[in-house]
Amino acid sequence: MILNPAKRELLAAELLEAEGLSPEGRSLTKDAMRRLCRNKAAVVSIVVLALLILAAVVGPYFIPHNYEDPDWAAFRAPPSWEDGHYFGTDPNGRDLLARVLYGTRVSLAVAFVATLVSVVIGVLYGAISGYFGGRLDSIMMRFVDIMYALPYILFVILLMVIFGRNVYLLFAAIGALEWLTMARIVRGQTLSLKHREFVEAARASGQKPLKIITKHIIPNLVGPVVIFAALTVPEIIATESFLSYLGFGVQEPLTSLGTLIAEGTDAMESMPWLLAFPAVFLVSLLLSLLFIGDGLRDAFDPKDR
Amino acid sequence: MLSYAFRRLLSTIPVLWIAVTACFFVLRLAPGGPFDGERSLPPAILQNLAAHYNLDKPLIQQYLYYVGDLLRGDLGPSFSSEDFNVAQQIMIGLPYTFTLGMTAFALAIIIGVAVGCLGALYQNKMPDYVLGAMILVGVVFPNFLIAPILQLVFGIQLAWLPVGGWGDGSLKYLVLPVVVMALPHAGRISRITRGSMIEVMNQNFIRTAKAKGIGPRLTVMRHALKPAMMPVVSYLGPAASYLLTGSLVVESIFGLPGIGRYFINAALNRDYGMVLGTVIFYMVLIVFLNLIVDIAYAWLDPKVRNR
Repeated sequence: MILNPAKRELLAAELLEAEGLSPEGRSLTKDAMRRLCRNKAAVVSIVVLALLILAAVVGPYFIPHNYEDPDWAAFRAPPSWEDGHYFGTDPNGRDLLARVLYGTRVSLAVAFVATLVSVVIGVLYGAISGYFGGRLDSIMMRFVDIMYALPYILFVILLMVIFGRNVYLLFAAIGALEWLTMARIVRGQTLSLKHREFVEAARASGQKPLKIITKHIIPNLVGPVVIFAALTVPEIIATESFLSYLGFGVQEPLTSLGTLIAEGTDAMESMPWLLAFPAVFLVSLLLSLLFIGDGLRDAFDPKDR
Repeated sequence: MLSYAFRRLLSTIPVLWIAVTACFFVLRLAPGGPFDGERSLPPAILQNLAAHYNLDKPLIQQYLYYVGDLLRGDLGPSFSSEDFNVAQQIMIGLPYTFTLGMTAFALAIIIGVAVGCLGALYQNKMPDYVLGAMILVGVVFPNFLIAPILQLVFGIQLAWLPVGGWGDGSLKYLVLPVVVMALPHAGRISRITRGSMIEVMNQNFIRTAKAKGIGPRLTVMRHALKPAMMPVVSYLGPAASYLLTGSLVVESIFGLPGIGRYFINAALNRDYGMVLGTVIFYMVLIVFLNLIVDIAYAWLDPKVRNR
């Protein structure tokens, strides 16, 4: 038995060094990140997603045309290198590359804002429901069950019909209806967290329930919340393009990938590039987000392996 | 069993009531009335119209009228069609949507379960990769993207199948829309089937069945399939609701005269009465489909009944 603490630390460091390990140890997050980096599909997807975001955010400043002004010399022009319409133009003479980049930007913005809304509502709702338990919990979860049974996309359409087609409303409506699964997951986690010692200690020291939820419960939920949020993003992008496709999304001259695909579908025989380019962007966006979400889940929750 | 079904039926009443109430009041919050056309009408006529549709009564009275009509199956007037009210328009579209939806539902279940079982029994072999690709295509390619591609290939290039329309309702008109509707769900169902099948195949009673020497086919058919189907059955409720929203797009793309197309047109033309009526109709449909699924689930799994 070694009673001198300094000596003990020294010995521990020596032992670790002998094994070739750093004395810092491996945290859960680091472990997960290492697993994520070994997942080839996820790494490629992160690169693709980064490129897409970069293209959507800064790309429009580097191309010769903007997304709303028609080029009077080039209507329905097929893709070509000479006149700077690398993706061709649409029937109104607008540059497709600029419109696709702009549409990607809108789709990404909708996805991230709506995910944020759904995360905030879902986490608070689930944590409150799980922490307080009892009758409040059963009422709150019954409400979630009811919402689950309803076709929420119809509600979104109803809202868009009544309050007009407005991007901000679109964000809020999708986000406000996409939080149900998040609330369920968070509630389940909270139920198991609330009996842990650190929560008991916080309660014993006289903290208010809301403070316990925000200070002690929610920080411990980061893992599952991040994973589920990553899986929500592609779903929201698909929903947004679905709504835009039907004509309930953003309005002209603004555009989104769904709107562009709808326009491209109408002219797919005579001008196939109008369908092909937005479709490629949408599919690679969804695919990379999906792989990142799956990769995160596998990395944080190695149960399935 | 019967008492479970009855309890479950009772529990749908508050769900429907809340949904109808929410829809009604959301609609009444809408800025502008149904008669705010491009050409403004004289106030006297507006007043007559409002009186005819009970719009001049207090809100609570209108609500009671609406719920009363609803209980008699009257979904109210359509504000854009003179000849048919909402219920009649829905009844016109229903057979098409129903045929389409049920065929797609059946196809999705058959393909999904078959591919899922094969994927589970031949893990990491050929069928498993087919399964992976199918799931990916179903999830990543939204139906409004698959549909035009299939139309282009099979309808225009190869000219095997009609591009759209209902025609005489024969099978060749159904193929493309049904495939587009079924594909994403077949993918999801096969993923669920694969997971639960793998789990079931590792259990003791399957080992016993194998040890008995009844052969792999009987083991799967007689012992593994039923327990493996439980998660699939519980997915069918949500699947019905997804299928319905999918039918909105599919009917618009293929120009089929179902409810979905009426709904989209009504929504784009701001025909509030039609939109509200259709949403309520869809909700009732989905709540009842969920009810059927729950009862089927209880029938398969006795543990659920006594909860």
